[in-house]
Amino acid sequence: MNGPLIDVNVHLSRWPCRRAPDDETPRLVDRLRRHGVVEAWAGSLDGLLHKDIAAVNARLAEECRAQTAVRLVPFGTVNPMLPDWQEDLRRCAEAHRMPGIRLFPNYHGYDLEHPEFAKLIRLAAERRLIVTLALLMEDERMMHPLLRVAPVDPAPLADRVAQTPGLRLVLLNALRSLRGAPLIKLLGVGDISVEIATLEGVGGVGNLLADIDVGRALFGSHAPIFYFESALLKLKESSLNETELSAMRHENARRLLPIET
Amino acid sequence: MEIWDLHGHLSGVPGRTPDERMAQLIAFADRLGIARICVYMGMTWSYDPAPDDFRKQNDEVLQALSHWADRAFGFVYVNPKHVEASLAELDRCVRDGPMVGVKLWVARRANAPEVDAIVRRATELKAVVFQHSWIKITGNLPGESTPMDVASLAARHPDAAIICGHTGGDWEQGVRAVRAQSHVAVDLGGGDPVAGITESAVRELGAERVIYGSDVGGRSFASQLAKVIGADVAEDAKRLILAGNLKRLLAPILEAKGLSG
Repeated sequence: MNGPLIDVNVHLSRWPCRRAPDDETPRLVDRLRRHGVVEAWAGSLDGLLHKDIAAVNARLAEECRAQTAVRLVPFGTVNPMLPDWQEDLRRCAEAHRMPGIRLFPNYHGYDLEHPEFAKLIRLAAERRLIVTLALLMEDERMMHPLLRVAPVDPAPLADRVAQTPGLRLVLLNALRSLRGAPLIKLLGVGDISVEIATLEGVGGVGNLLADIDVGRALFGSHAPIFYFESALLKLKESSLNETELSAMRHENARRLLPIET
Repeated sequence: MEIWDLHGHLSGVPGRTPDERMAQLIAFADRLGIARICVYMGMTWSYDPAPDDFRKQNDEVLQALSHWADRAFGFVYVNPKHVEASLAELDRCVRDGPMVGVKLWVARRANAPEVDAIVRRATELKAVVFQHSWIKITGNLPGESTPMDVASLAARHPDAAIICGHTGGDWEQGVRAVRAQSHVAVDLGGGDPVAGITESAVRELGAERVIYGSDVGGRSFASQLAKVIGADVAEDAKRLILAGNLKRLLAPILEAKGLSG
């Protein structure tokens, strides 16, 4: 046995362009529970396009509290292109007591060299919030013609992270484009982790762990947009030892987010 | 549940030789309980291969198959821009060799008249025809088929066993494009494991027209198998998708060759 499972990449609510089979929270939670997930870090898909982010985050916090079969941990959205985004950050930390935030730079119209991004991650680090940042949400080739969103360019991240002491950063849906030497270099500049939802290639997890320290690899499914079972089966496809499996299934996530006592 | 994989490649698999790569593929397949794999195209791909090139790629597949007759099938890779050489290659690899299908990729769109002779010859030999297809909002390659092109090809060849690769990539459009051609099946492989693809294909086409394929080694077995394992469809439908439909399509040529299914 490799212990419980913590999924760091799930979302609640609905994808703008299609219904997903598990886009109602009880159904998602039921699937997670059946597969042994005890905790999931949940953002809200409403955070992609809604401008009333305060309402999005309040709903997310309430929806997470309402679930008991799996511990849903809310990660509120902050859009630094909106006026007074600092108040959204404050509410995430103080009003909703969220342990982290979720960023969608490409849906919010900024790149990672934008000064507001630097300010946001600095304030998040000062509040000890985990920053989860999605590099993409869907394959660029099949986007709705009226909702075409290029993946986030991670190139400026190394400098940004190096300039932000105390930052804990989790990159979501990053491993389609960020692999090999650029990934290794980036992980070397700070407390940065990646999850496996968009990791591809036969034996993908084994290949990843040949490149990076297992301590930086998290379990993430991108459910309900992706079939949850994709990430789960990736752990089976590669030949991983007990230490690697335990680290990826829960220990690494638990290091980032210890259980409150 | 028995699993046959419609869609595998030697590219993207670790190993210096076809034999080494095939052994790796089988080892990964074993971890996920996959009994059979269809393999096509060689160690290094080309969009528009000259006859010498596709013959070399087919030789590599023949070599890869040579030790795995009980686990793998081969499809011959040809190019409709070189019809006579393609027909000769069909004879070499299918009529006189162990291969059981034809792979058409991106050299020429499926609606081109040059494809007809290849499909006619494949049908005479009872071989299945796998035609890659994709609808890309980012733009298709010049010779890259859409599922609408596949439907056009199928309408000209009502007796052929045609598989629409990747369900058109943009599967929400792909299932619609081939829906009226009842002898066209769809391949689930090669795209992200977006939840709903299998439910949509089963709803619109019927489970008997939907086939599991992975597109390894560029993709993982895991992410593609999850499309079926994680789908909200009946267990009987999953049995058809995972193996039953491919066995049925291959039965005539396997029987003609005296091979077991």
